[in-house]
Amino acid sequence: MSLLFRDYAGTPKAFDEVVGAEGVRVAYGSVLRQLAKLDAEEVRSRAEYLKSTYLDQGVTFDIGGEERPFPLDIVPRVLLANEWADVEAGVAQRVQALEAFLADVYGEGRAFRDGVIPRKVVVTSPHYHRVMAGVRPPNGVRCHVAGIDLVRDEVGRFRVLEDNVRVPSGVSYVMTNRRAMFSALPEVTSRHRIRPVEGYPLQLLAALRAAAPSGVKDPTVVVLTPGVFNSAYFEHALLARMMGVELVEGRDLVCHNGRVSVRTTQGLRPVHVIYRRVDDEFLDPAQFRSDSMIGCAGLITAARAGNVTIANAVGNGVADDKLVYTYIPDLIRYYLSEEPKLASVDTWRLEEPAHREEVLDRLDELVLKPVDGSGGKGIVIGPKATPRQLDALRARIMKDPRGWIAQPVVQLSTVPTMIDGKMAPRHVDLRPFAVNSGDDVYVLPGGLTRVALPEGELIVNSSHGGGSKDTWVLARDGVRGKRRRRRTRDSVASVPLGGLGEERLAEQQAQQQQTRVERPC
Amino acid sequence: MLSRIAESLFWIGRYLERAEDTCRIVEMHLQLLVDDPTVDQDDAAITLLAVMGAPSVEVASTTEVLRALCYDPVSPASVAATLGGAREAARRARETVSSEVWEAINTTWNSVKGGRLQRMRPTAAFRLVRERCAVITGTADQTMSHDEGWLFLTLGRSVERIDMTARLISIAQVAGTQSAWSNVLRGCGAHHAFVRSYGGVTTDRDAAEFVLLDRLFPRSVVHNLRGAEAALGALDLAASTRGYEDEATRLLGTARASLEYRDPDRVLDDLPQRMAELQRTCNKVSQAITERYFSGSTAASWSGGN
Repeated sequence: MSLLFRDYAGTPKAFDEVVGAEGVRVAYGSVLRQLAKLDAEEVRSRAEYLKSTYLDQGVTFDIGGEERPFPLDIVPRVLLANEWADVEAGVAQRVQALEAFLADVYGEGRAFRDGVIPRKVVVTSPHYHRVMAGVRPPNGVRCHVAGIDLVRDEVGRFRVLEDNVRVPSGVSYVMTNRRAMFSALPEVTSRHRIRPVEGYPLQLLAALRAAAPSGVKDPTVVVLTPGVFNSAYFEHALLARMMGVELVEGRDLVCHNGRVSVRTTQGLRPVHVIYRRVDDEFLDPAQFRSDSMIGCAGLITAARAGNVTIANAVGNGVADDKLVYTYIPDLIRYYLSEEPKLASVDTWRLEEPAHREEVLDRLDELVLKPVDGSGGKGIVIGPKATPRQLDALRARIMKDPRGWIAQPVVQLSTVPTMIDGKMAPRHVDLRPFAVNSGDDVYVLPGGLTRVALPEGELIVNSSHGGGSKDTWVLARDGVRGKRRRRRTRDSVASVPLGGLGEERLAEQQAQQQQTRVERPC
Repeated sequence: MLSRIAESLFWIGRYLERAEDTCRIVEMHLQLLVDDPTVDQDDAAITLLAVMGAPSVEVASTTEVLRALCYDPVSPASVAATLGGAREAARRARETVSSEVWEAINTTWNSVKGGRLQRMRPTAAFRLVRERCAVITGTADQTMSHDEGWLFLTLGRSVERIDMTARLISIAQVAGTQSAWSNVLRGCGAHHAFVRSYGGVTTDRDAAEFVLLDRLFPRSVVHNLRGAEAALGALDLAASTRGYEDEATRLLGTARASLEYRDPDRVLDDLPQRMAELQRTCNKVSQAITERYFSGSTAASWSGGN
């Protein structure tokens, strides 16, 4: 093993993805071998390069109004083909179940009648929007893009931590990470068969076009962003650019007669599909928050009239509500008649008195999460909280038991990460992205691996000082051999070199000067 | 193209040109102080600041000039603020400008922000800004399709260059030293081209003619008036064959005619007034363009439900 990894050992409690009881795991063998060929100083300088290239390209996110480069670690996260196949199938299954559940919630409500999930759980969710009831999207798809957060538990098994079917973000970093790693570590990347991620924007565009209102042959797709001060603005711009569609803000749109148009230098132009990255509450001031300045009044009316498709659909938040999360395994069995392929994390529902009592007794050893939080907001990790924080938490739970769930502390798996020039284990999660075109669910091979950079930290979100890792899904024969295929070269016309004929001229000019010196007239 | 994006591109063009020209003007000002020891330094500084639109001051010095026009990101007329403006505009139009242009603008801003400009010697700083602007402009010309967006970028650059050249001439006129016109030529980067065209023995009239009227030199006023007119012509798909309905085109055409069709002997007469008029024209042109092409971006706001 190289110097960098010589002293590396995982943490005792968590599953380390690189080093196991029997030494280096199969997935990482070749990566470590290739990295070992570079000396430690070289690897450090490559890590520096990663940092500076992100600053130059403006691959940043905003924290409190300040732009920061998104930290990308030099050590990739590697998944074997068979590991990935399980994840892929599990994610696709989950998306299909969520899709069926949403169709049911805003449609017939069969699951309520059959007692799979109480109606109360759904209608008390702050993200349930009655205004969308009875609206069937053109091709039946509501979760055009889904991000399913996975973690690996103490034995290395993937578990779903939460679902994101509102506006999951992070996919742009998957693409920029890959490009940066290819230029930073060509020696290592070129020796592996890594499944490409560049195809994502085209898959997304195809899914968005497929979702266009019926009768529109060549739909106009736009990406709706809250604006440049949004933390994910970089991603919105990248996706719009790679899909070749306009990136619009709410003020660029105008609704009239139940249709949506965009203001251009040549007047108004119709819009058919809006891939929105604005939250439900801000989307339409006429329906939701009337003080929203980043939405466009009339969007919901236009969507209800079937003249525009909003992707992801409004009201999807009920499906990623964390209390609903506890019912998802049952919902998978109910709608798909299959067993869940990915395990969930054990969760206590605080509305049930018995559960609540147990949780309140063990508050200092559990993780408490608000049901509608994202980005790690509001999470309290019991073992790390002060008694005062726990008391405050207890009071909040008693007041609003529907608003919280409790889970045991999951020791996320670790991967070596360069910290101050040395390798140290850090906790990671994985967010695979799924695109549903209506015909099938495409899962981007890899997804975003987020890594918590502070030691022992279990919250990986970038707002908590998290970074990321390039995620490699190896093809079946993951490692490239030295065998070269010989190909006959077509005759190639080479670039003409030289031949300017100046050599003799230069020689004479030089001589001229000398003769003058030797024989003055 | 979206109105909002068109406006961003127009302003990228204007801001970049303004940054470059401000550097050139300040450089010229410093050169003036060196060339002519009789010039009242503070007086010249106050004039310069006034012409460049910095908040009016009673006392000024070279230090103040460098602060207000170059380093201070809070001073709206400074190079630092202008480059920041260009970068913000580019960030808004990020999916439209080519990624190479975005990177060029972003790197420029990174090398200027946080007082980095101030830590350089003035000449090195001016050089850096000039060169970075050339890199961005060149990259834009070579990597963006010459479509509507590029036309707005060019339009912004041309309008700003007319405006700034007029200011440059005003400043030199007010100082009124012997070497005023040779400073103007240097300020426009026109000295070399001028000597190549006119030879070594020249008069002030020749210099004024060259900077104002030369059709081939890319920083002359007429060249840029023509450039702006051409860009507007290409943008206006519904142009009629009789006259010009477009307000901006008319303003530019009038300004160009009054320069080009003026009696050649009177090219130096009333210069300060004419240059002030030219600056006003540029303002009106900018307004007319905004009204016609960008006004869609000022959306109606929603006030129901409160």
